[in-house]
Amino acid sequence: MQARLLLEDGTLFTGRSFGAEGTTIGEVVFNTGMTGYQEALSDPSYCGQILTMTYPLIGNYGVNRDDFERMRPFVAGFVVRRHEPVPSNWRAQVPVDAMLKEYGIVGISDIDTRMLTRILRQNGTMKGLLTTENASVEELMERLRATEVPRDQVARTSTRETYICPGDGERIVLIDYGSKNGILRELIRRGCHVIVVPHDTTADEILRLDPDGVQLSNGPGDPKDVPYAVETIRQLLGKVPIFGVCFGHQLLALACGADTEKLKFGHRGGNHPVKDLETGRCIITSQNHGYAVRAESVEGTDLVITQINNNDKTVEGLRHRRYPAFSVQYHPEAMPGPSDSNSLFDKFLEMIREHKRSHPELPRQVQFAQAREGELQHAKK
Amino acid sequence: MPKNKDLKKILVIGSGPIVIGQAAEFDYAGTQACQALKEEGIEVVLINSNPATIMTDTHMADRVYIEPITLDFVAQIIRQERPDGLLPTLGGQTGLNMAVELARAGILEQEGVRLLGTQLSAIERAEDRDQFRALMQELGQPIPESTIVTSVEAAVGFADEIGYPLIVRPAYTLGGTGGGIATNEKELREIVDNGLRYSPIGQCLIEKSIAGMKEIEYEVMRDSADNCIVVCNMENVDPVGIHTGDSIVVAPSQTLSDREYQMLRAASIEIIRALKIEGGCNIQFALDPYSYKYYVIEVNPRVSRSSALASKATGYPIAKMAAKIAIGYTLDEIINPVTGRTYACFEPAIDYVVTKIPRWPFDKFTTANRSLGTQMKATGEVMAIGRTFEESLQKAVRSLEIGAYRLHLPGTELLDEATLRERLVKADDERLFLVAEAFRRGWRLTEVQELTKIDWWFLDKIKGLVAFEDVIRREPVLTAETLREAKRLGFADRAVAELRREGGAKDLITEKEVRQFRLAHGIRPVYKMVDTCAAEFEATTPYFYSTYETENEVPHGDKPKVIVLGSGPIRIGQGIEFDYSTVHAVWAIREAGYEAIVINNNPETVSTDFNTSDRLYFEPLFFEDVMNVIEQEQPVGVIVQFGGQTAINLAGPLAEAGVRILGTSLESIDAAEDRKKFEALLRRLGIPQPKGATVTSVDEAVDAARALGYPVLVRPSYVLGGRAMEIVYSDEELLEYMREAVRAHSEHPVLIDRYMFGKEIEIDAVCDGETVLIPGIMEHVERAGVHSGDSIAVYPPQTLSEDVKRQAVDMTLRIARELKVVGLVNIQFVVWQDQVYVIEVNPRSSRTVPFLSKVTGVPMAKLATQAILGVKLADLGYRDGLWPEDEYVSVKVPVFSFAKLRRVDPTLTPEMKSTGEVMGRDRLFAKALYKGLLGSGMKIPDSGTIIATVADKDKEEAVEILRGFYNLGYKLVATGGTADALERAGLRVQRVKKLSEGSPNIIDMIRAGQAHIVVNTLTRGRTPERDGFRIRREAVEHGIVVLTSLDTARALLHMLQALRFSSEPMPAFHEPAPARGTAVGEPTAL
Repeated sequence: MQARLLLEDGTLFTGRSFGAEGTTIGEVVFNTGMTGYQEALSDPSYCGQILTMTYPLIGNYGVNRDDFERMRPFVAGFVVRRHEPVPSNWRAQVPVDAMLKEYGIVGISDIDTRMLTRILRQNGTMKGLLTTENASVEELMERLRATEVPRDQVARTSTRETYICPGDGERIVLIDYGSKNGILRELIRRGCHVIVVPHDTTADEILRLDPDGVQLSNGPGDPKDVPYAVETIRQLLGKVPIFGVCFGHQLLALACGADTEKLKFGHRGGNHPVKDLETGRCIITSQNHGYAVRAESVEGTDLVITQINNNDKTVEGLRHRRYPAFSVQYHPEAMPGPSDSNSLFDKFLEMIREHKRSHPELPRQVQFAQAREGELQHAKK
Repeated sequence: MPKNKDLKKILVIGSGPIVIGQAAEFDYAGTQACQALKEEGIEVVLINSNPATIMTDTHMADRVYIEPITLDFVAQIIRQERPDGLLPTLGGQTGLNMAVELARAGILEQEGVRLLGTQLSAIERAEDRDQFRALMQELGQPIPESTIVTSVEAAVGFADEIGYPLIVRPAYTLGGTGGGIATNEKELREIVDNGLRYSPIGQCLIEKSIAGMKEIEYEVMRDSADNCIVVCNMENVDPVGIHTGDSIVVAPSQTLSDREYQMLRAASIEIIRALKIEGGCNIQFALDPYSYKYYVIEVNPRVSRSSALASKATGYPIAKMAAKIAIGYTLDEIINPVTGRTYACFEPAIDYVVTKIPRWPFDKFTTANRSLGTQMKATGEVMAIGRTFEESLQKAVRSLEIGAYRLHLPGTELLDEATLRERLVKADDERLFLVAEAFRRGWRLTEVQELTKIDWWFLDKIKGLVAFEDVIRREPVLTAETLREAKRLGFADRAVAELRREGGAKDLITEKEVRQFRLAHGIRPVYKMVDTCAAEFEATTPYFYSTYETENEVPHGDKPKVIVLGSGPIRIGQGIEFDYSTVHAVWAIREAGYEAIVINNNPETVSTDFNTSDRLYFEPLFFEDVMNVIEQEQPVGVIVQFGGQTAINLAGPLAEAGVRILGTSLESIDAAEDRKKFEALLRRLGIPQPKGATVTSVDEAVDAARALGYPVLVRPSYVLGGRAMEIVYSDEELLEYMREAVRAHSEHPVLIDRYMFGKEIEIDAVCDGETVLIPGIMEHVERAGVHSGDSIAVYPPQTLSEDVKRQAVDMTLRIARELKVVGLVNIQFVVWQDQVYVIEVNPRSSRTVPFLSKVTGVPMAKLATQAILGVKLADLGYRDGLWPEDEYVSVKVPVFSFAKLRRVDPTLTPEMKSTGEVMGRDRLFAKALYKGLLGSGMKIPDSGTIIATVADKDKEEAVEILRGFYNLGYKLVATGGTADALERAGLRVQRVKKLSEGSPNIIDMIRAGQAHIVVNTLTRGRTPERDGFRIRREAVEHGIVVLTSLDTARALLHMLQALRFSSEPMPAFHEPAPARGTAVGEPTAL
């Protein structure tokens, strides 16, 4: 069956349908990873987007039960040069095609994905309509123009209920703006007791959970679409150590008075070099973002730029001057992509311990005793 | 300026001659390194013994030494040049081993030379099996159960414990020399015995076989700031057990999930960090297809064949970056030369599939053991790029030039089931085609997987291609739709036509018809750029490949264009020498103001470095693919004369399609290559050639041979590198030859020439149609009967009379003028009783062009290109005739890879066998020859034992040569007849038994290391032939000098005589002389 992808600029690609049939509209973005399509498909940060893989052969190792970054895929559509119906890998359970069908995701294959990528690179990310219908191009264009890019992806991907992943270590509140499982996995791997809360949880609610640290997750869309989340972070700052990843990094910046902007075509892939300005070291990171913190906007805030992208010099890492808070634009949890920056989670936990050391608290029984004494003295008066 | 200001002068060690396991990739790496260092203002001193390389061109380094890469010579150069640093990681295993030797000998420390890139300790930890294992254990990286042995008994002891199969890997050898898989004790003993000898430190690793697992490679880079990146990973289609150099390899990996990819990536980075390598490193893994379990197989702490492949596969220039890192730069500050705007600290993203297929020499070495194992046997490789694996694979197949242009090798359909099954299990060079054959026979995928252990994914694709062949065959009328699909799967027009014919179709049954139909339906390839970043960043790399998709990325230029066809994969007879000329041609074209466009498919070479030309098309040298590029580029014309026979063979079809062939005309090419026309030409010019005949049947052959008189030289027409050429001495031998060698060439007639046992000489000339410039004459040490590529060649000639030279020069002038040669021409002569005869004329660049260019200083390929572009040699100041001879003597010595090719006879014959060459240059012939032989790897003993067993016809000559060695103090050992002859001549000789005479015999002596030189000439007849073969093989496998031509033996003797200080007893007091004395001043009796 035929499928077509129509871009806002009028470019029409005709290919073969795979996955579900139907029509979908979304922002068309490309990912340059040569592996990791399953993780990308299920990364909530792609929510509402039509994802193109630049690597031409997708599905070679199928889809397995372990590599989902969330319970289900979130992309609006999937574009590949070729999809593999006969995967070969010991963990493969179904071909990509079957998985897309199961979740009703429209896909197109056998188009010139490199041409598509070049268009997006030159003209910037744009809306696209992916369909298996027989409608005329004019009609499709009309529908494409009439459809707004959604702004509620965070609400759509975040957990609705608070849940707990018990552990013996630090007590971390993970604010889920559309978090990848990877972040949770890294915290659990380190023995943390993780409480995952919805995106719109207030600062008070979070502080009532008495966390040792707050982890801000990644998430889809424009950070300016969730002003309430920015407010929450503003209130948490200084009260509890904070580590932001990707969308969380952008929110932290906004909370500290810096600004974000939309990138022309974003960073999506597993080969992005990030230079640490403090150590001079350059690492390879996994990235997926369409927005970034404006470097100039950081000036005059309490934030310090700690890391930059070695290619386009965009902001990749921030640290708060006074409070225990830092963030990175990339994904230290990898999945997909390189895990070179995995130790940032250790750094977060170290920051929490350091915070505790520098803010010693009296043992609780002493606190209680003192409080009681205070009350008694008060009563005497 | 370099980051490290202390480094002002750096010595780069090249890899020496081309041998199996170490080929043109190191010329590419070395050239890049020299350029990278010079860019930084560093003074570069280069040593490499191989004259056929671009890197040894004098403008590549500030000072180029073409000298043997031995401790003595390199030390001498270090003392002379006083470099600040030594870069050893770009010269293959040779360069690395040399660095280790220099360091151990204390020379680096003594002379204050810093080892750059990789420290000695890292080399040792990666290369020494014991240290490597210790390091892996320390890092917690898994390695197969193994042990290090220094004796055969220890190996057997380990086997008793662990069981078979076991893999044997000798330490410090390249291309797995001397290694293998043992499935029983007998095999183990043999392989270990062999391996211990090949290892320079007498050490072998015996390890549990992990054959059958996926073999995955990572190319990693690290800089001094500890930044690490992975340039590329690659998956071997052939599982562990077959040397990666002999495996079909794809990039990137196809069957690894991200988790597996990242797991091995992380391991690679951990390893390179632990080794503290500053530069590039290749790490090989075995990955269990059923779990996350993996093993680290090997670490190469240097630039390698795989890194050349990775560079071409991704566009990321590893060697260049490694050189920059070695002088202190960090990855994040080096600009990525591909995009020009991003940095080298990133990991290339590729959006295509690369397939590499090795090119094996078994078409030449028909008797060789073709089975593949841990010892590499391929001489070269081809690479192809496509957007699907199928496209990439089929393009690679038709790049091989083995008579296959789809997954079908003629003859495979005749194999019986059992043989097919057996050959699928025990892989050989044709396995890819056998897999396809199995699917053609309807074998199930799982069955083929079980036999081959090749991953299902690859097998499924091959199966799919076989199935699609049927679609093409069976479609009643081929639709444009099906053809488009076929093109997207990489089917060539010729393959489609062939399939149509097989299916009994009436339409589209010729390549031409398919092509016309295809073009009529607008089915044309587009060209995509190799840009390291999957189009994420704008790039300007002039590096393209074809595919059947929508967008074409080739920019339009205004300059007139010239296309140069490369020479394809390196094989016996067509080596790096052709790439050398190609590169020079490209440079000359650019200099002349044209856009130079290269089409080639060999990932190892300098010509496929995208910096060499204005545009590089990484495409098969196959009519259709070349034609597509021509249509895309619309060049002024195409140059075919630098790409060896590969390009020459394309001249006819291209001209027929209306393409302009620049340089020597097609008619002239034909006049030189077509036997009849060639004879007519020489007759017309009154130039003698050995009498001969052209025959098409066995009867005609016998008649012709008898008329000419035995011995005769027989060969098929249209050959390169003397394929299937033989000297036959009788009817019997002739009949055997006609039966065995010629069957494959039934479409071509057989040539029979009178065999003249004379001196051979060779000339390469440059001609513009008028002026014929002869840079020099080369004289061969071995007389006719040894292929010119296997002969030691000397420039200037040492024994030719002025008259002979004049004859040869005169003939060259006349032939070149008559053929109106525009460009290069190579002519081979034989001198017989002071008369010069022409044997062969090749109207193209030859194997000797780089050598002759270097020793004469005449830039031949450049001049030829200028001539092709219309420049007159006279206007450049050149005149007709022979260029003045150099005062230095230069010797070109062939290098063989016999040790790696079991069952190949090391005897020098009219069939070419050498894989590479070295040069020796000095004021005296003897010194030049000494350097050449040393550079070729010959261990020349100052004293010792010579074992001689020669044919009856050679005995007289041999006795005189052996007498010379005897007088120098060598001990002579000989078998029956030879010993008799030596004794009769009054020489003391120790007798040794022939093989048939029981033990201890000649072979036992060789095995026991009691011989240093073996002189053995070919004796006809079954038993002696077989015995001689065993003796020669045994000698080769023990690294002993084997001389199979008495001419080589004589040259060696003369060299030793000339170089040896004479130790003569003092002359006795002068007694009054008898009357016949003629001492000066003495009265003469009247």
